[in-house]
Amino acid sequence: MIRFENVRKIYDDGFEALKKINLEIKEGELTVLIGPSGCGKSTLMKHINRLNNPTSGKIFIRGKDISSIDPTQLRRSIGYVIQNVGLFPHMNIARNVAVVPKLLKWDKENTAHKVDELLRMVNLDPDVYRYRYPSELSGGQQQRIGVIRALAADPDVILLDEPFSALDPISREQLQDELIRLQQELKKTIVFVTHDMDEAIKIADTIVLMKSGEIVQTGSPEHILRHPANEFVTSFIGKKHLTTDTLDPGLTVDDVMSVNPVTASPERGMAAAIQFMERHRVDSLIIVGKKRELLGYVSVFNVLKGYRHEDSRLGDIMKPFVHVVESGSSVALALTLMNEHGLPYVPVVRDGHLVGLVTRGSVVRHMAEIYNPDDMSLEELTAEAEKLKEETPLEPAEEEEEEEGGEHA
Amino acid sequence: MELFLRYVRENWADLLVFTGQHIMMVLIGLLLALVVGIPLGILASRNRVSARIILTLANIIQVFPSLALLVLLMVVFGLGTTTVVAGLFLYSLLPVIRNTYVGLTQVDKSIMEAGKGVGMSPLQIMLNVQLPLALPFMLTGIRIAAVIAIGVATIAPLVGGDGLGREIYSGINMNNSARLYAGAIPAAILALLADFALERLQNGTRVAGR
Repeated sequence: MIRFENVRKIYDDGFEALKKINLEIKEGELTVLIGPSGCGKSTLMKHINRLNNPTSGKIFIRGKDISSIDPTQLRRSIGYVIQNVGLFPHMNIARNVAVVPKLLKWDKENTAHKVDELLRMVNLDPDVYRYRYPSELSGGQQQRIGVIRALAADPDVILLDEPFSALDPISREQLQDELIRLQQELKKTIVFVTHDMDEAIKIADTIVLMKSGEIVQTGSPEHILRHPANEFVTSFIGKKHLTTDTLDPGLTVDDVMSVNPVTASPERGMAAAIQFMERHRVDSLIIVGKKRELLGYVSVFNVLKGYRHEDSRLGDIMKPFVHVVESGSSVALALTLMNEHGLPYVPVVRDGHLVGLVTRGSVVRHMAEIYNPDDMSLEELTAEAEKLKEETPLEPAEEEEEEEGGEHA
Repeated sequence: MELFLRYVRENWADLLVFTGQHIMMVLIGLLLALVVGIPLGILASRNRVSARIILTLANIIQVFPSLALLVLLMVVFGLGTTTVVAGLFLYSLLPVIRNTYVGLTQVDKSIMEAGKGVGMSPLQIMLNVQLPLALPFMLTGIRIAAVIAIGVATIAPLVGGDGLGREIYSGINMNNSARLYAGAIPAAILALLADFALERLQNGTRVAGR
């Protein structure tokens, strides 16, 4: 669809912004140009609508050399969204959206119809927003208008230059989701410039990674994550993307379980059990035999019920586990079980013996180690994880007994 | 005070004529300043060199004492209203040029880039984006120019012009304070009215443009 052939750009001061770029942007795809600032990604994109012109080399759109097309005519056929939104402050929303149709001399009725349709497409009620001014809208709403302005004349190609980078994280996520949705509906050829790898991975069909005026690697997000071409790509992708990607399939319950769950012997009495729970700040106990063979569990409610009988023991009131996982099985299995049956935790067993416990807290702690953004010390992390564990009380899942066909040890 | 009121009552028709002449001189001078000044302001906003030349020239005109300027013009145009109008035109030029220039150059670069990016020609960017956004600034210039012009126009009689200045100078020469006031007070009111009206207009454009 869009083809760059040996495109070089040298500025008047001798700075070489682009070094022999060869690139094919596929029709109907969302291509993300990404790289550190100053890598030439914006410069490259602005060559498409001739806001920049190459020093040497050619650019073709649908096989046509764009240097033969009048720049203003070309730009009217290409949607363009800039980082600072660039809405015209003296025009209301309807006029802003209608800028290109007006330049193309569409008739009024057609234009008004299109404006309303586009506003609805991004969930802004035309009757409410049509006559508002840009300054009356939030940043996220303004950029929605920026995006639909680019769509107004139904261009095949849309260029977005870091469109969401000035927005707060929540608006940014929303707009990314909306862009993905719009793209599924409209199937435009979109070129999107960003420096945010998370954004690229989320929205891109193809990622073009650039560094100092050159293309370092091109491929699908999956391909780039799995097979980074060199050190630079690895470092640019960042630790967290690589670790999640490489660990995910092989991660076992043994990696994430906590190895010292709060256990009790079936011989214990009720009062002792309550004291024990209080001390360890849990609301259920796992009952194990002398050789740590898994017997069952009691919840604080079971204990309170049995409290009246002074001679009752934990072994009398405990309930068997319906769901356990074998040591060595994948974390995904444990998480699925917990998720489907609403379990607060799943015991990990080997030959019927308890070796650990997968809890929400232990999973989160493990994630924190991978995602640890500020390189917190292990103590801080553990403290954080413990806090999380406490905030997720070990509630007994009553429906466990009703569940049938669960996995037994 | 009583004298003044009686004078006004007896000569209101003449005063009205003088006021009309005064307004006409100011309007023509101002209009000429707009016709010449706005294009010069646009030209100045295009590049640094033209900005320096144009703004310096306009500044030089502005620092000329008004009486000296009128006398100089009188050498060219002779006694009469033409000289006054030419003077008012030159005096109004700087506020118009400078505020047009400032208004155009303060327009956000990203908005200009957006205009270019959606496919506006340079002329369309000027007409649809830059000038509308510069309008509040330009109106400030016109407002300043109008008030200055109304004041300067009162010395018109010294170079053979008409207007409210006639009453003022007659008042001074004949030591008739009633007459002096009959010229000065309407001139002051005129300046205040012009200022007020243009301010309203300016606020109107601000609300629409925000």
